[in-house]
Amino acid sequence: MSTIKVPTMAEMMAAGETPEILFWVGCSGSFDDRAKKITKAIVRILDHVKIKFAILGSEEGCTGDPAKRGGNEFLFQMQAMQNITVMNGYGVKKIVTGCPHCFNTIKNEYPALGGNYEVVHHTQLVQELINQGKLKVQGGVFKGKKIVFHDPCYLGRANDVYEAPREIIEKLDVELAEMKRSKAKGLCCGAGGAQMFKEAEKGNKEVNVERAEEALALNPDVIAVGCPFCNTMMTDGVKHFNKEDKTKVLDIAELIATANDL
Amino acid sequence: MISSIIFALLLIGASGYFAINVKKIRRNILLGRDVSFADNKGDRLKTMILVAFGQQKMFSRPIPAILHFFLYSAFIITQIELIEIVVDGISGSHRIFRESLGGLYTFAVSFIEILSVLAFIGTIAFLSRRNLLKVPRLVKSELNGWPKLDANLILIGEITLICFIFMMNGADEVLYSRGLSHATNLNDGSLGLTVSKHVGPLLFGGLSESALHIVERVGWWGHILMVFGFLNYLPFSKHLHIVLGFPNTYYSNLKPKGEFTTLDAVTDVVAPNFDPAYVAKTDPNNPVRFGVKDVQDLNWKNLMDAYSCTECGRCTSACPQNITGKALSPRKIMMDTRDRLEEVGKNIDKNKGTFVDDGKSLLGDYIKHEEIWACNTCNACVQECPVNIDPLAIIVEIRRYLVMEESNTRPELNTMFTNIENNGAPWQFSQADRANWTNEN
Repeated sequence: MSTIKVPTMAEMMAAGETPEILFWVGCSGSFDDRAKKITKAIVRILDHVKIKFAILGSEEGCTGDPAKRGGNEFLFQMQAMQNITVMNGYGVKKIVTGCPHCFNTIKNEYPALGGNYEVVHHTQLVQELINQGKLKVQGGVFKGKKIVFHDPCYLGRANDVYEAPREIIEKLDVELAEMKRSKAKGLCCGAGGAQMFKEAEKGNKEVNVERAEEALALNPDVIAVGCPFCNTMMTDGVKHFNKEDKTKVLDIAELIATANDL
Repeated sequence: MISSIIFALLLIGASGYFAINVKKIRRNILLGRDVSFADNKGDRLKTMILVAFGQQKMFSRPIPAILHFFLYSAFIITQIELIEIVVDGISGSHRIFRESLGGLYTFAVSFIEILSVLAFIGTIAFLSRRNLLKVPRLVKSELNGWPKLDANLILIGEITLICFIFMMNGADEVLYSRGLSHATNLNDGSLGLTVSKHVGPLLFGGLSESALHIVERVGWWGHILMVFGFLNYLPFSKHLHIVLGFPNTYYSNLKPKGEFTTLDAVTDVVAPNFDPAYVAKTDPNNPVRFGVKDVQDLNWKNLMDAYSCTECGRCTSACPQNITGKALSPRKIMMDTRDRLEEVGKNIDKNKGTFVDDGKSLLGDYIKHEEIWACNTCNACVQECPVNIDPLAIIVEIRRYLVMEESNTRPELNTMFTNIENNGAPWQFSQADRANWTNEN
């Protein structure tokens, strides 16, 4: 990000400025090397359309999603109230997240604890920017390729967002393929419910292998995802079948940023 | 006269015994914690009409949906004919509404006959799917024993009931054509029942008058006895879904599926750290257990869910963990909840209205830890359920109990919790480094 300055809320406030939108990066987007690329793609898009945005930086903490799904309501509420205190202090109104888990938690579970914001997932923001004509999208290197979209549970079933990512993919002039288990019937990647952080229980297959197998059966050039955890799981699944040379796992934000040389 | 008395006694007996068992189920459901669904009455009614009455969610799998619709519509419409049977049974009349309703009567009974034929086909298909085709979700291990027998008994009962209808109507058609039926003779030569006017002569055309009267009476009594039998079988069977499907969809969760409940008792502990003026929402003199260990810790909607489950297994067949061979089956979670609740109910019956600790609980004796810790919280089970049952709510509540009351979780999850607590991320990275990526290429 050496060419793009990413301001924090603290810096903005010190300069007497107010951003239009807070970019909630999330733990994965902050620390995971693969997910950081998605974070940077989102920043390039935000910078390209000249939205005044900021991040919380070291004032951001885990939303508490894995704690809550894991049954630790105390820890969840501690995290939530810390974050809400920080965001309310800055007068945050609108948030874009790079992760459907952060999106779901802040949008649906923070209001009961005093955090009321307009929250969008980055695919929804990108779709909005395209619809408003602020972001012109072309297929670029992806033109004519076959792309299959894997629905993140916490964007799809959890919040009924199915179309935004698909509409964006279709703008890339590609062939959008659908797995049999898609949209409301989409199969989890295996990461949700805090499974990301533990060994699987005893069984005969890994969930991500089951899901990657289904996606790879369509022989796609790209498996598109909208969640850094799905990204990890699907990438591992593709590697399991030694198909990483043929099929890439990419976030919607990366597709847009790459196709349009942002 | 004697038959009228016998009928009236049977009617009173059947209704009375059903009422007693319904009261028990209601009591059992209300053993759950209180939760309010007084909001959004319009949306709730709409959900019930679409999902229960309109069978909306069934149609994501068209073949079983159509077969089920045959049985469902036949069941609903047959209730009209039941009115006449009850009136005839008490008053000793025969097809009392035929004369006054005329063509409408013929149409209604014919319509019921056509639906009954379709239901017959549906029932045979369902028996084959369970016992011959062995559709995977219908032969999973949690159905071994009573659940499997229960399913087959219901289907065989339905076939028997339909056979009685056609004995009754078919024999009556033959009798009527010979001028011997007890139905008022309107000089029209036939009762005009679409199916029975053909099937009757075919099956019973060669029988004598007395044999025909016997077949007709066996059909009539057999049919109503099956109806009374079914009614009183419901409280002990998964078939209860035909009643509870309606209220259960009315009390659906209307919020986004991703929104998990907020525990007020936890907020009361956490919030004062952030807001000294915070006013507690729960009564500190009446502390409740965090999460769920046994059925009484669940809320009444969770318990109604358990009684509404007809064990179709759509949830389990969509569960990513079950698909990959793990012990978790959302259907089993619901079946276990009902079984344990029934056990608690019997305990209360036996001990004059109070529950005496039996040393057992839902968690441990019914549901194992490896089921609870396998869940992806992906909501596939919730999405699939045709009557909006929420197995995920129960799973998460049990996790809450295990973590907050017993500190008994998977070790890696404890590590994750510690990381979040210490550095605000599930991994061991320092919170101060959160924005380091902004300086990287």
